[in-house]
Amino acid sequence: MVSAGPPPVRGAVRALWEGMSSQRRELAVAGLLGAAASASAVALMGVSGWLISRAAEMPPVLTLTVAAVLVRFLALSRALLRYVERLVGHDAAFRGLTQLRIVVYRNLERLAPNGLAAFGRGDLLARLVADVDAALDLPLRVVLPWVQAALVSMATAAFLVWLLPASGAAIGLLAVVALVATPWLAARIAQGAEARMAPERAHLSATVVRALDATPELTAFGAGAAATARVRALDDGLTRLNLRESYALGVGSSVGIVVQGAAVALALAIAIPAVTDGRIEPVWLAVIALLPLALFDVLATLPGSALAYQRLRGSALRLQEVEAAPSPVVEPADPRAVPADFTGVRCVGVSASWVPGETTLHEVDLVFEPGQRVAVVGPSGSGKSTLAAVLMGFLPYEGSATLSGVELRDTDGDDLRRHVGLLTQQAHIFDTTIADNVRIGDPHADDDAVVAALAAAQLDAWVAALPSGMHTTVGSFGLTISGGERQRIALARLLLADRPLAILDEPTEHLDGPTADALTRTLSAALRDRTVLLITHRLIGLEQVDRIVELHDGRVRASGTHDELMALGGWYAEQWLLESERRDMTALLADLPVGRGVAGPAAT
Amino acid sequence: MKPLDPRLLRYARSTRGFLALAVAVGVVTAVLVITQARLLSDAIVSVSAGGADWEAIRGTILALAAVFVARALVAWLAEVAAVRASARAKQDLRESALEHVLALGPAGPAAQSPGETAALITRGIDALDGYYARYLPQLVLAVIVPVAVLLTVLGQDLLTTVIIAVTLPLIPIFMALIGMYTKAQVDRQWQTLAVLSGHFLDLVSGLPTLKAFGRAKTQVEAIRAIGDRYRSTTMGVLRVSFLSSLWLELLATLSVALVAVSVGLRLAEAQITYPVALFVLLLAPEAYLPLRLVGQHFHAAAEGLGAADRVFTILETPVPTGGSALLPSGPVAVEVSALQVSYPDRPRPALAETSFVAEPGTVTAIVGGSGGGKSTLLSALLGFVVPTAGRISVRSGAEARDLTDLDLDAWRARVAWVPQRAHLPAAHLPATPTVAEAVALRGAADEDAVWRALEQAGLADEVRGLPDGLATRLAADGSGLSVGQLQRLCLARALLEPADVVLLDEPTAALDPATEAAVTAAIGRLADAGATVIVVAHRPALVEIAHQVVRLQTAAGDEGVDEAAGRAAAQRAVRSASW
Repeated sequence: MVSAGPPPVRGAVRALWEGMSSQRRELAVAGLLGAAASASAVALMGVSGWLISRAAEMPPVLTLTVAAVLVRFLALSRALLRYVERLVGHDAAFRGLTQLRIVVYRNLERLAPNGLAAFGRGDLLARLVADVDAALDLPLRVVLPWVQAALVSMATAAFLVWLLPASGAAIGLLAVVALVATPWLAARIAQGAEARMAPERAHLSATVVRALDATPELTAFGAGAAATARVRALDDGLTRLNLRESYALGVGSSVGIVVQGAAVALALAIAIPAVTDGRIEPVWLAVIALLPLALFDVLATLPGSALAYQRLRGSALRLQEVEAAPSPVVEPADPRAVPADFTGVRCVGVSASWVPGETTLHEVDLVFEPGQRVAVVGPSGSGKSTLAAVLMGFLPYEGSATLSGVELRDTDGDDLRRHVGLLTQQAHIFDTTIADNVRIGDPHADDDAVVAALAAAQLDAWVAALPSGMHTTVGSFGLTISGGERQRIALARLLLADRPLAILDEPTEHLDGPTADALTRTLSAALRDRTVLLITHRLIGLEQVDRIVELHDGRVRASGTHDELMALGGWYAEQWLLESERRDMTALLADLPVGRGVAGPAAT
Repeated sequence: MKPLDPRLLRYARSTRGFLALAVAVGVVTAVLVITQARLLSDAIVSVSAGGADWEAIRGTILALAAVFVARALVAWLAEVAAVRASARAKQDLRESALEHVLALGPAGPAAQSPGETAALITRGIDALDGYYARYLPQLVLAVIVPVAVLLTVLGQDLLTTVIIAVTLPLIPIFMALIGMYTKAQVDRQWQTLAVLSGHFLDLVSGLPTLKAFGRAKTQVEAIRAIGDRYRSTTMGVLRVSFLSSLWLELLATLSVALVAVSVGLRLAEAQITYPVALFVLLLAPEAYLPLRLVGQHFHAAAEGLGAADRVFTILETPVPTGGSALLPSGPVAVEVSALQVSYPDRPRPALAETSFVAEPGTVTAIVGGSGGGKSTLLSALLGFVVPTAGRISVRSGAEARDLTDLDLDAWRARVAWVPQRAHLPAAHLPATPTVAEAVALRGAADEDAVWRALEQAGLADEVRGLPDGLATRLAADGSGLSVGQLQRLCLARALLEPADVVLLDEPTAALDPATEAAVTAAIGRLADAGATVIVVAHRPALVEIAHQVVRLQTAAGDEGVDEAAGRAAAQRAVRSASW
């Protein structure tokens, strides 16, 4: 994904752990509590066994009281300790998760927006967010269970060594097998099936999305069955990996049970001669046989932990890639302040590119003064948005580009962006209230200023009709809004921010004709007195801007007013005429009757 | 939550066999668990009370080891079978859902909620794992094992049987009570959680915007705050679920402790024998374990069943199947009479009443503003949309048929269609199909045929100029080719095989004048060759070649408006949308 190549695996999980283990003490407490809970379960079995065996010798009932109380106590403590451990452990893990989110966010912020392109759009970004969530498994499903299991194993083995050294040694040895060898075996068999499943799953997802996108074509052209078969085939591949993982988990738990059986049998084989010899009292036989039974129940979860660890590794790797990705723009150590007084933009011989070695903007010269409206036009891929990215300080460039006399690369990016505002083709609307969305332009603005900005974006009537006015929540968890409303909220945000220079990058791109026209009227009125750089490939309506710059393949081909470019008779004139002709269709057909056929020009 | 949705048995055919296997595994597990307790207690008792030595009970220990091995095998089998059944069910559901969605076409969920539908078919169905592979087998175990244990204990010690029989049902009762008591609260918290977990993604997706306004760095505090809320809300949910497991675990362990102490004390007073006491002690926990585990998988199972339910909703949406009639070969006339299409959730009809007859060898131009139902009309002609009123009948020779009576696949095979948006999939859905694959969507075609179609669409020269010719890959977002080229590629795809009816939706939308003229001429030639051409036109050039023009009512409802005034208003709007 990123040219730097894959970073080492081992470091990735460790980095993940360090990123989220700010709560070391709480995690340690959770580990000890969990170990105590598991120890209670093991001890409960041992004490119960002793109780029965001792009772069988028919002693005075009084001598059993302590054991009877202990059984009840252990039953209580096992449940209560587990409860507290879960609360403490989860709380610490979630705190760690927040910590990790901040680390990841800082990295993404450093890369945004242009450095994020390397990580793809939408889906991959969502996966990255899911990777952060997946990190929760590291403390909860990997580290804590293993640490607890190790501690209980040590305690049980130590007790058995005290009771009958040979049995302690045998159980200790088998516990090491269950702690290390069985999980390793399960992981080995899985061969990272889960990690390989992620790209397969993404592949399947992408294929299904393609099928759904092209549903009408596939059905109309009779290709639906072939498409379904293709998805089925991909699903088969996924199923194979799924089964491999289940083999691994199955082998893990079977080996776990076999080791448990071996432990019980071995304990009996060692303890029975000792009872016969009189080295230990018969009453201890049940204890030596039952302790391993309970201990290896605790150890049974570890193969699952091993697979969880494998799953995590993929997430950890992707997060590390983000960490390792180079910043698209290096901010100067000693930035120059942008003067408050806006005196215009001067670009001389500016070249820039999104991908190193592949220039998308070639030695562009562009000058404009305060109060001017300049349009940059050209076919898609001509470098229009690259120019916007350079002026926003999002892309490094060659040549010279100054704003109010200061070279852009010498400024602090956030300082520069206090003087340049941007409205893009699909402005992001956050899942919060309309007012908060607008206030991103100026967090300190009062309600009146927000209302004024909304009014200038001609949203006042629309907002007034909403249930909670401008405090209505929008986005995926609230009100669904149309593309036109979306762009208008973004415009209100831009107006509230009150930047001396406003860059509009295809603001009407995804809107249908009438909506786009209406938005254009609003934009034109709301930004009347400002310096505007308009990037567009819609040419109708550019008749009155101060200058039009025509970009082709990253080079300025022509520049002038509408009338000058029309007189020139090049690409601009051709496209402009084409667009106006298309509009004339509306007028042309107005005389036809509705809903029935009439003879056409070719009929005669 | 129903433990088993009967529709699963219908749509996921492997479910039945899997249930049978789960019952078999449950029975074998119960037998093995009881045998293990029996052998272990026998071994301990005969040595510590009967004075037996190693030689005497070696057989018992070996049998015990064999039981462990058998349990290991059953555990492996159960795990693999569960995952296999789950994978089968997921595949079955995924395939039928996709088939159904494709058959529903542009009027179905693929167009109405594409993101949601894709998520359901992919990740949503994956959630069935929690139900199939974990919950269902555990549920079967939770029914079989406790009953088997209880019956075994009944033959041994009455008091223990009573203790278990009284406390055991408390577990499901408690679970249900806690569930009812906390459901509203937990549901609300799950909702909050969904919102909160969306927030981080929201912030990350909005990073370019935040950065443009110099607000990105300050969001760290917001993330901390969201993280804290996320943690406290999650802990709220977890506290409830941990508390309910605490109750269940207390209930189970205290019941076992009760059994242990009761048999211990009665043993000391010789009211019960040592072998029985130890056997009962070992067996009692096994009665509670499977029931407690069921609760652990409850949430994952509910999520899986929820996804299955949404898949069933899709599967139960009726597909416009048409009939089985076939139209005789030859030129086809299309007669649209008083056709109207409405969708239940929209107030205005998608297509207002429309009538016309398109004869073979003619071009019919469909015109009108946006929202007039031009694409809906083509969808209806393709059989994707069922008319709300009126009818479409097609005539070949002397035979006329209602479209709803025709075998739709056979009908679509005689129709060539150029959609408005250039989607160029290949049949096996590669990310980047080649030009040849995209053109030959109906199935394999020889190169000559592809070139002929490209020639007709006015694209052959440009494809020849591409570095890889027909093998050039089309990037997923269409980059590499201009919009106009993509559009002509769609046209070539439609022209690959001769069609009796040709439907075109704004086929020249993004073409320069010269290419537009070439494509328009090609469309005219199709009619000259005898095809029935129906074209949604938005450029005068296409209307020029039409033998018939049909104007659809626009969304704004321009009927009744003075035509001249409407025209003036339209022109004013155009002029005022300027900088």
